[in-house]
Amino acid sequence: MNGRGSVLLLTAPALVLMAVFLIGPLLAVIALSFTSYQLGAPSLSFVGMANYIEMTEDATVRISLANTLIYVGVVVPVSVGLGLGAALLIEADPSLRGFYRASYFLPVMATLIAMAIVWEFMLDARFGAVNMLLRAMGLGPYDFLHDRKLVLYTLAGIGVWQNVGFNMVLFMAGLTAVPRELYEAAAVDGAGRGFERFKLVTWPMLGPVTLFTVVITAIRAFQVFDTVKVLTEGGPNKASEVLLHTIYAEAFNFFRNGYAAALVVVFLLFIMALSAVRLFVLGRSRT
Amino acid sequence: MLVETQARGAVRIDGLAKRFGDTTVLDGIDLDIVAGEFVTILGPSGCGKSTLLRIVAGLETETAGSVSIDGAPMKGLAPNARDIAMVFQSYALYPHLTVAENIAVPLRMRQLTPMQRLLGLAPRAVRGSIGAEVQSVAAMLRIESLLPRRPAQLSGGQKQRVALARAMVRRPRVFLMDEPLSNLDAELRVHMRAEIAQLHRQLGATFLYVTHDQVEAMTMSDRVAVIMGGRLQQVASPDVLYRDPDTLAVAQFVGTPRINVLAGGRLGLQAAQVAVRPERLQAHGLGLAPPPQAGQGIEGRLVYRENLGSDLFLHVEVPGVPAALIARADPAAGETFAIGDRLVLAVDPRHVLSFDAAGKRIRP
Repeated sequence: MNGRGSVLLLTAPALVLMAVFLIGPLLAVIALSFTSYQLGAPSLSFVGMANYIEMTEDATVRISLANTLIYVGVVVPVSVGLGLGAALLIEADPSLRGFYRASYFLPVMATLIAMAIVWEFMLDARFGAVNMLLRAMGLGPYDFLHDRKLVLYTLAGIGVWQNVGFNMVLFMAGLTAVPRELYEAAAVDGAGRGFERFKLVTWPMLGPVTLFTVVITAIRAFQVFDTVKVLTEGGPNKASEVLLHTIYAEAFNFFRNGYAAALVVVFLLFIMALSAVRLFVLGRSRT
Repeated sequence: MLVETQARGAVRIDGLAKRFGDTTVLDGIDLDIVAGEFVTILGPSGCGKSTLLRIVAGLETETAGSVSIDGAPMKGLAPNARDIAMVFQSYALYPHLTVAENIAVPLRMRQLTPMQRLLGLAPRAVRGSIGAEVQSVAAMLRIESLLPRRPAQLSGGQKQRVALARAMVRRPRVFLMDEPLSNLDAELRVHMRAEIAQLHRQLGATFLYVTHDQVEAMTMSDRVAVIMGGRLQQVASPDVLYRDPDTLAVAQFVGTPRINVLAGGRLGLQAAQVAVRPERLQAHGLGLAPPPQAGQGIEGRLVYRENLGSDLFLHVEVPGVPAALIARADPAAGETFAIGDRLVLAVDPRHVLSFDAAGKRIRP
C-alpha cells in the first residue's frame, strides 16, 4: 500500500463521521432555509430568500435578537470579571483552595435544567428564599421571573452564576502559567503587590486566556436556552425571548422548519463571527 | 554618569538560616561583603545558594539570622526598598513591553505617582530624565538599536543585556545575579563573563553572583563563597580556594579536571586522605626516567589520553584506587606515552593536601 492510500484509509473513518454528523446536517440546514419545509409535510417548495426577508420584518425575531445581545452583554463581562476575581483570590491564599475551586465549579457540572427548577423555587415572589431575604432587609417583594423589566436580568444572573466557575478554572490555569520570576522581577522593580503587580505582570500575561474566556463565554451565552425554556418560555410577553428559544418555538411549536433553519443560519453566523474574532486577534498577537 | 566613585553596598550576613518545614536549606551562614566587592556564591545545585541570594533580595524570609546593607538591617523590607537590583536566570523581562519600557519600569515605579502611571501621564521633565537614563544605560551595554523591540524578538544574549540594563538603570547599591549566564551558549557565556566583570569595575557597586559553574566563579570574582549542603565551606579568593582549600569537598568541587584523591598511606602519610592537583603529578615512563624516591611515586597503567592541545591529561589506573588518577603533561613530551604503558606518577610532597577522615584539611 502506498503512502497516499494509507493516509486516505486511516483518515476515512473520521472524514466519514464528520461528513455525516457535522457537514451534512449543516448543508441540510442551509438548504432547508431556502424552502418552506414544514415538519411532517409531504412536500416542500423552494422559496428563495423569502425566509430571510420575513426575518427582517418579524418583531419576535427582533426582540429575541435584542434580548440575546443584552443577555450576552451582561453575562460576558460580569462572569469573566467575577471568574478572574475568584481565581486571583483563590490563588492568593492556598488554604481551602480545593474547597473554593470545587464549590465555584459545581454550577458548571450541575445539570442546568435541574438547577433551573431550584432557582424557580428560590426566586418565587411569595415563598422564595431570595424574596424572604429581601423582605428581611425591608425590600421587595420582586417577582423576578414574571416582571417584564426584571426577567431578562434574572436569567442573566443565573447565567453568570453558571459561568463564573468555568471562567475561574480557565483563569486559574492561566495564572499557573505565569513565570514566578516575573513576579519577583516586579517585586524588585517596586511593583510587588496589589494593583501594580496585577497591571505589570498578571493582566498582560493573562491576555490570551482572557480573550479565550471572553469568546467561550460569549458563545455559551449566545446559546442560552435551558433556563429560558424551563423558567419563562420566553415570557412574560416575550420579555425573555432569546434566539435559541425562538428557533425552538418556530421549529417544534409551529413546525415552520424552513423558517427555523434560516434563523439557525443567522445564529451560526454570530457564533462564527465570535470565533473569527478570536482567531484574528490570536493570529495578530503571534506576529 | 553612572560610574560611582564612592563605594557603597557593604553586605553583612549574620548567622543566617532558612528552613522549610523540617528541611534545613541554609544553616549558620556568616558572610561579610566589602562595598564594591564581587563575591560569587558557588555550590552544586540544591545547596541553598539561590535561597541565600533571594533572602538578601527580600524575596524570601530568613528563619534566623540577619542581613544588613551598609549597616542598615533589611529585616521586613520589601525588595524594592532595599536598593538592590536582581538579574534572573530566565531574564524575567516583561514580554508585553518594549526593551525601552522594560528598562524604564524601575524608574517609573520610583519617580511617578500611581495616578500618573495609571493614566500614562508623566510630567515632561520626569519623562525626559527617564528617557535619558534609559538611553545612557542602553549605550553602555550597546543595545540602543534594540530599544523599540519586544523581548520575543531578542536572542538570549540580547535579553541578558536588557536584563542587565534594567538592573543598572536604578543604580542600586548591590547587584544580585542568579545564574545569569546559564541559559546562554558556551561561546556567549565566555564573552558575557568578561563583560560582567568589566561592568563591575565600571560601576563600582557590590556584585553578589550565584553560580554552580566554578569557571565563572574563578574568573570573575574577588572572593568566592563555597556553599555545600546549606553550609558555608570556605570564603576566599579564587587563587586561595584552588591552592589552599579548607575541605576535601571544596578541593574536589574547584578545578578541572578534578583533584586526585588517595588514601594517605599510599604516599606514606599519616592523613586519612590526601589530594593532589593533576598539574602536581609528574608522569614518567617506567625504565626511562630515574626511579622516583620511594613512597612518593605511584605506579599505574595509562588508560586514556585527553589531549586539549595546550594540555595533555593522562588518566592512569592504579590498583586499589577507585578513580583513575589524572596527571597533566606537556602534549609534546606526552607523545612518548601510549595507552597501556606502565607509568610512575611522581609527587612533590609540598603540593600534597592532607585531610582527616571527615574531609577537614590538616595543615602542617
